Amino acid sequence: MGKDKPDYSNGDIKAVRGEVSVKVETFSYDNQIVKNFALATIVWGIIGMLVGLIAAVQLFLPQLNLGIQYVTFGRIRPLHTNAVIFAFVGNAIFMGVYYSIQRLCKARMYSDLLSKINFWGWQLIILSAVVTFALGYLTSKEYAELEWPIDIAITVVWVVFGINLLGTLIKRREPHMYVAIWFYLATWVTVAILHIVNSLEMPVSLFKSYSLYAGVQDALVQWWYGHNAVAFFLTTPYLGLMYYFLPKAANRPIYSYRLSIIHFWSLIFIYIWAGPHHLLYTALPDWAQSLGTVFSIMLIAPSWGGMINGLLTLRGAWDKVREEPVLKFMVVAVTAYGMATFEGPMLSLRNVNAALHYTDWIIAHVHIGALGWNGFLTFGILYWLVPRLYRTELFSKKLANIHFWLGTAGIVFVALSLYWAAITQSLMWKQFTPLGVLQYPNFLETVLQIIPMYVIRAIGASAYFAGVIIMVVNLLKTMKMGSFLIDEAAESPAIISRNGGDRGHRWLEKRPVQFTIAAAVAILIGGIVEFIPTFLVKSNVPTIASVKPLTALEQQGRDIYQREGCNNCHSQMIRPFRSETQRYGEYSKAGEFVYDHPFLWGSKRTGPDLQREGGKYSDQWHFYHMQNPSSMSPGSIMPSYPWLYTQRLDISKTGAKINALRKIGVPYRAGYENFANTELTRQADAIAKGLLSSGVPAEADKEIIALIAYLQRLGTDIKVIQAMK
Amino acid sequence: MWVLVILMFFSLLVALIFLGAFIWAVKSGQYDDKYTPSVRILLDDELKINTDQKRKEK
Repeated sequence: MGKDKPDYSNGDIKAVRGEVSVKVETFSYDNQIVKNFALATIVWGIIGMLVGLIAAVQLFLPQLNLGIQYVTFGRIRPLHTNAVIFAFVGNAIFMGVYYSIQRLCKARMYSDLLSKINFWGWQLIILSAVVTFALGYLTSKEYAELEWPIDIAITVVWVVFGINLLGTLIKRREPHMYVAIWFYLATWVTVAILHIVNSLEMPVSLFKSYSLYAGVQDALVQWWYGHNAVAFFLTTPYLGLMYYFLPKAANRPIYSYRLSIIHFWSLIFIYIWAGPHHLLYTALPDWAQSLGTVFSIMLIAPSWGGMINGLLTLRGAWDKVREEPVLKFMVVAVTAYGMATFEGPMLSLRNVNAALHYTDWIIAHVHIGALGWNGFLTFGILYWLVPRLYRTELFSKKLANIHFWLGTAGIVFVALSLYWAAITQSLMWKQFTPLGVLQYPNFLETVLQIIPMYVIRAIGASAYFAGVIIMVVNLLKTMKMGSFLIDEAAESPAIISRNGGDRGHRWLEKRPVQFTIAAAVAILIGGIVEFIPTFLVKSNVPTIASVKPLTALEQQGRDIYQREGCNNCHSQMIRPFRSETQRYGEYSKAGEFVYDHPFLWGSKRTGPDLQREGGKYSDQWHFYHMQNPSSMSPGSIMPSYPWLYTQRLDISKTGAKINALRKIGVPYRAGYENFANTELTRQADAIAKGLLSSGVPAEADKEIIALIAYLQRLGTDIKVIQAMK
Repeated sequence: MWVLVILMFFSLLVALIFLGAFIWAVKSGQYDDKYTPSVRILLDDELKINTDQKRKEK
């Protein structure tokens, strides 16, 4: 045993307790920053959920967008997901971390200035997200839709948060780092790595960029990010909060501290491997799919370990749960976590995934997590924290109970209606007649069948939202009753230099850093094992000779497709099932996507897959369909896009776009950027002429022409080979 | 894409070096006591100054 080994088990603990005479230091906790984040959580929570509700209603009432492009489904859907994840949950994470880390470390935050930069920086990022999404500046990568300047701002603010967090740990007065702190550290490291790796992109202009990765590689990086954003933004920080606030609210220690140690290391190690389960049966190499499945199934063990640890903390105290709304919210939150983490592994099974991927089941699944786990834990923490910050009691337990029941009913309605919709639609997609043809060849039929379920979902969402409004009233009244304490005085013995004197102390100071690094190791291994072979082994992405880069006009059309968020409802990935190849055509091959920056495979089929859309319908059909979808498909819930017919296509950046794409590997021939616009105009004129000759009043310089050009190109490259055969 | 491979290679190298540091940290006692930490977080004594201030403000 080394001399510098600290021994917490006897003497030092007594010293910390003040039983041995040591110097007691007085200091204060910064409550202002916690209050700011709490208010931000509430404000963004309302906005994020309201946008979600509007999006939910638009799914059966597309006219609700009033023909305004800034609020169509394709643009507000990313706004909703980002607002809930990064604005509501993000601010709640900061609120909980800033409150608990100070108390766990017995120290004020490392720097008040950094705290402020963290707060205002984060709010500015969210504001810029609201504006840029409405304007259609987005990268199309789910939960990473923000364009590159904002990505850089996120990195800066996240680093500021990290310095503040580590700084506080270094000057802490409590030698032991409680389990919650490890979760915070793992969150910080992993989110930083995920964000940077997934956001590497080639800028074209201030608000336009192309992902550095293409096709399959882009999909892999994106879902490595996407899945781990769920893991390390919606899960690990919240587990940290659970390990702090649940014992605090119940006033009893966590059920098993030993379990929490195992829970932590196994969870962060396994989570990072699970990303490929989002890409089962796609063109992703098989070995990567299997690896993702295996680890996803293993994930149930640590996840449930955490859930059990939370629930058993309340053993023998269930009478308190009956009395205390805070605990009610937390119990449902932890239960929802258990449900969602059971569902996750099940959905990663290939046969289950084959049936439920692209359906509303996934939407239900994430809402169990978001509304149940994140939402309810946040509400529980707010109900516990606000009265404490304001040194008073909660204004009304009765109102909190009403919120609880409205919220719970809301979750049940949202989840069950979507489960029902998912099963219905999945069965209809796959149903063949005895003669061997699709029973429901018209996709729209499968949509119309589930519209009542969308209505019920919106009702559930309204109930949940009403509950939140009640909470806001309750908390505002509470704030009014109490008096806010900005700097809360506290005292703690100075950290004790152990046997080794300075040496021991200095050694200890390094520890949070070591912890962070250890966590980084655990999460990196999985990612690296999955990445490197995919990038190195050429045979993983076979090239197809007939697959060529898009023309300038088609590329512009693709950019419009991204701007309007078409990928939110339409996939471009036909899985190798008879039901899909019969409905959509030849299944998708990895080699078809080698020039796709970013990939646009999508993750949900509210409308049909578009991978083989090219040539399926006439230009005329697309022209009228985009103008008014129900004119071509009666009853369609797709919104109209009238602005595409009045807005002129912006061709000022065509050359820059070609250059940017060439830099990241798209083989446009030398000098193409110089005459790209000439060729673009020629192609647009040809399309407009064709439309005019069939009596359609088309103008060649409008955006719709570019979009039609892109849609007609989709999936046609490999048809050349088929024709040759 | 080769830049990425190099980046990954170096992260792995750095990561492995610190894996050793991690094992060292575990061995040094952060996990020796598996009971007190869970109870300690519950013991945040309310300081007299804070209560005084509350009374004053009322």
